[in-house]
Amino acid sequence: MLNYISMLAVPLILLLIPLYALIKKVPLYETFVDGAAEGWTTALKIMPFLVGMLVAIAVFRSSGAFAALAGMLSPLCKALGIPVDVLPIALMRPLSGSGSLALTAEVFEQYGPDSFTGMLASVMQGSTDTTFYILAVYFGSVGIKKYRYAPAVGLAADAVSFISAVIVCRILYA
Amino acid sequence: MLNIIWFVLLAVGIIYALLNGNIDAVTAAVFSSAGNAVKLSIELAGVLCLWMGLFKLAERSGIINIIAKIIAPVAGWLFPSVPRDDPAFFAIVMNLAANLLGLGNAATPFGLKAMERLQKLNTDPSAASAPMITFLALNTACITFIPTLVISLRTASGSANPTSIIGATVVATTCGTIFAIVFDRLMRHHYFR
Repeated sequence: MLNYISMLAVPLILLLIPLYALIKKVPLYETFVDGAAEGWTTALKIMPFLVGMLVAIAVFRSSGAFAALAGMLSPLCKALGIPVDVLPIALMRPLSGSGSLALTAEVFEQYGPDSFTGMLASVMQGSTDTTFYILAVYFGSVGIKKYRYAPAVGLAADAVSFISAVIVCRILYA
Repeated sequence: MLNIIWFVLLAVGIIYALLNGNIDAVTAAVFSSAGNAVKLSIELAGVLCLWMGLFKLAERSGIINIIAKIIAPVAGWLFPSVPRDDPAFFAIVMNLAANLLGLGNAATPFGLKAMERLQKLNTDPSAASAPMITFLALNTACITFIPTLVISLRTASGSANPTSIIGATVVATTCGTIFAIVFDRLMRHHYFR
C-alpha cells in the first residue's frame, strides 16, 4: 500500500499541478520552461560545494582512517550489544549516502538482508539523511558561510535516530 | 564548524595514509571523487530543471497559497518568523513530502527552492537564519515512511520481505525528527536570545 503511494506520487504531481494551472489559465509550457531555466544555474552553484565535500570524504575513506575509526569504536559497540558490522554504516551515513548504501549492501551480502544485522542496517540506512551533503548543498546554494548550530542539530538528530533504530530492532526482530 | 570538520577529514586522512603507505589510493580517490561531484551536479541539473519548472507552475496557478493555508497552524509554530503566506512553505511541504515518500531526487530541488525563499527573509545573508536551521534539522533527521533505496537494495539482495523494515524505520525516524525539533528549539532560544 505504502509502496503504491510512493510509486504514484511523482506521476500524480506531474498531472495535478499542470491540470490546476490549466484550469487557472496559466500559460503552461512557457511558465514551466521559465521555471526550469533556474535548474541549471542552481546545479552550477552547488557544484563547488559538492566537490569540496566529496573530496574530503573520499580522502578520509580511501586512506583507511575511516576503517580505523570504526575499529577503535567497536569495543564500545560490543559492550552495548550492537552488532559491530553496523557501526561503519552509522558513521558513514551523515557523510555519504552512496558510501553508507554500499556498506549496507556489504552487510546484506555477509549476513543476508533478513538477519538481525541486516534489518538493523536497513533501518539505520533508511531513517536519516546525509547530513553533510544537505548542509553543504543547501547552504551553498544561497551563499551561507556561517552554519551556526545547524551541524550540531543535524548530527545529534542522526545519533538519536541510530539509537532508536537499535532499540526498535531489538524489540521487534531480536 | 564546517571549516574544522572539513580540515579534520582531510588532515586525518592524509596523515593516516602517509603513515600506512596508502597515499596512492588517496591521490586516486581525490581525482575520481572530484569528477564524481561534477557528474552528480550535472545529473541533478535535469531533475532540478523539471521540479523548478513545476514549482513555477504551482506558484503562478496559486496552489502554493492553498497549501500554505492548510499547513498554516503547524508552519506558524515551527517557523514563527516566516510570514504565513510565504511561498517558502510550499517548497518546505513538497520537500518534506518527497522525503516522506522516499523520493530523494524530488526533495533536493524543493529544498533548494525553500532555502532561496528563506534567504530573501534573512537579515544577515552570510549566516544561517533560525528558520533555515529548523528546516535543515527537519531535513537531515528526514522523517521517512518509505525508504525506497533501502527497499530496492533489500529486493536486489534477495530479501523474503523487503518492506518488513518500514514499521521500524518509521519509529526510528520519528524519534530522530521529534528530537531534532526539540533540540533545534532549545538551541534557537540559546543562540538568538
